[in-house]
Amino acid sequence: MAAFGTGAGRPLSGRGGSPGFRFTLYALLSVILMYLDQRAHYLEQLRYVLQAAAYPLQLAVNSPPAAWRWLQESFQTREALQAENARLRASARDLELRAMRYEALARENGELRALREALPPVADRWLPAEIVTIQLSSLRQRLLLNRGAANGVFKGQAVLDDKGLIGQTTHVGPWSAEVILITDPEHAVPVLVERTGLRTIAVGAGDTTSLALPYLPGNADIKTGDLLVSSGLGGVFPEGYPVARVTEVHRDAVQPLAQVRAAPLAHVDSDSEVMLVWFRADHPAAPAPPAGAAGDLKSGNPAMQPQPAAPKGHAAPQAAPREPAAPPAHAEPAPLPSQETAAAQPPALPAGAPTAQTAPAAATVPARGQP
Amino acid sequence: MSVDSRTRLLLSAVVALILTVLPLPRWLDVVRPAFLVLTVIYWSVNAPRAGGLAIGFFAGLMLDVFQGPVLGEHALALSLITYIAVREHQRIRSKPAIQQAMIVFAALVVYEVVLFMIDGWTGHPVTSPVRWVHTLSGALIWPPAAAILSYGAGHRL
Repeated sequence: MAAFGTGAGRPLSGRGGSPGFRFTLYALLSVILMYLDQRAHYLEQLRYVLQAAAYPLQLAVNSPPAAWRWLQESFQTREALQAENARLRASARDLELRAMRYEALARENGELRALREALPPVADRWLPAEIVTIQLSSLRQRLLLNRGAANGVFKGQAVLDDKGLIGQTTHVGPWSAEVILITDPEHAVPVLVERTGLRTIAVGAGDTTSLALPYLPGNADIKTGDLLVSSGLGGVFPEGYPVARVTEVHRDAVQPLAQVRAAPLAHVDSDSEVMLVWFRADHPAAPAPPAGAAGDLKSGNPAMQPQPAAPKGHAAPQAAPREPAAPPAHAEPAPLPSQETAAAQPPALPAGAPTAQTAPAAATVPARGQP
Repeated sequence: MSVDSRTRLLLSAVVALILTVLPLPRWLDVVRPAFLVLTVIYWSVNAPRAGGLAIGFFAGLMLDVFQGPVLGEHALALSLITYIAVREHQRIRSKPAIQQAMIVFAALVVYEVVLFMIDGWTGHPVTSPVRWVHTLSGALIWPPAAAILSYGAGHRL
């Protein structure tokens, strides 16, 4: 410490004026930054650049755990691999059977809706993404994925795993995207109780194993074991994807509202890969455009309002009747993603889509979502 | 010497940033001290001219990129702490380690109060008591951390 004590005689006010003056400058700068980021979205470009700059460090920090996982995988025993193979084959058969049934149901549904042809699945395109970093504190529940705007990822995009909803993207960098989990205390997802059709909102509780349903009256028809599926309101998640299962219903005669807890179906802690999804805007189950300020997030940060913009290209031919008032996000297309997706994907069924790796998922996951 | 202390400052700041964003198990994550904040306090007290207020501001900006809901939040809080530390550096430096740790605890509480208020204003209120744990662990880790950061300064003279 003595090394730095030598210049103690000199006054601290250097080239930038006194510390007090410089502090005022920096404080003003911080406040301006906060204002711009919070209110006006002027900093999207800056955020994009900063996210790109931060990505190498995040990758590097995550490399030891990643290397450990890779080592573990490569030294797995033959028996373990065979057992896993058998299990996967069984589940693939199971899923194929479900998908078969799904085809039939979709056709039947199409006929019931008096449409000439069967409806394609609401999910249009899938992109698997690896989880780079997980933040699971009670204050912030976020993921960092290794896909970004370069892959057509856009802000407010739904993220799923094979069991249910995981969350939505909040900040998108060129090669990475940050995902806010549905269990983040700042996140709320509009759901409906599958058994009764009762609509409500599931708010994150800062814990990967529970969601809170704070807005249900004491006499609401809900019980333990009820399945909650996304309701399609809010503009990010389409209708009918499984979200959580009710674990606890507590009714108190004194309280006007019931205290309900639900466990999310997605297993973020054990996943290493998740799916980014593009939805058909012209599908009946597509996410409803947000009406005015009613966003998918609780309150406050308008920087995180959902923007269901991406599959814009597909909406062109027969989209008109479904959404008479085009949502605001369509009016101002998100800069990179919409071009990207439109260019990469001519309107086609996902089975025939050029992204080969996404095809099986496209067949299976909607089957679970819309039985 | 100024250049030398500046490289050491940047190096330690990068290490502290890595420690801050390193994925940790949940229980460890709760007690993880704010390493970057501690490092900035250390350099503000012991080499107030090497980084000055700029290091506080830019370190805060880095924290905002990694974990801030709004850009500028950590930057403002850390600028404030740096300003206090730089202004009072002679008084803080002359105190024994235990008293320094108590001052650091107070500084961390001020830092967290600023974050708490900004969180509230910007609509991300997090009222969980867990957010205050790191002020205590930061104060506890201060004496060894300061010893590590000052290691090598003696050799160079």
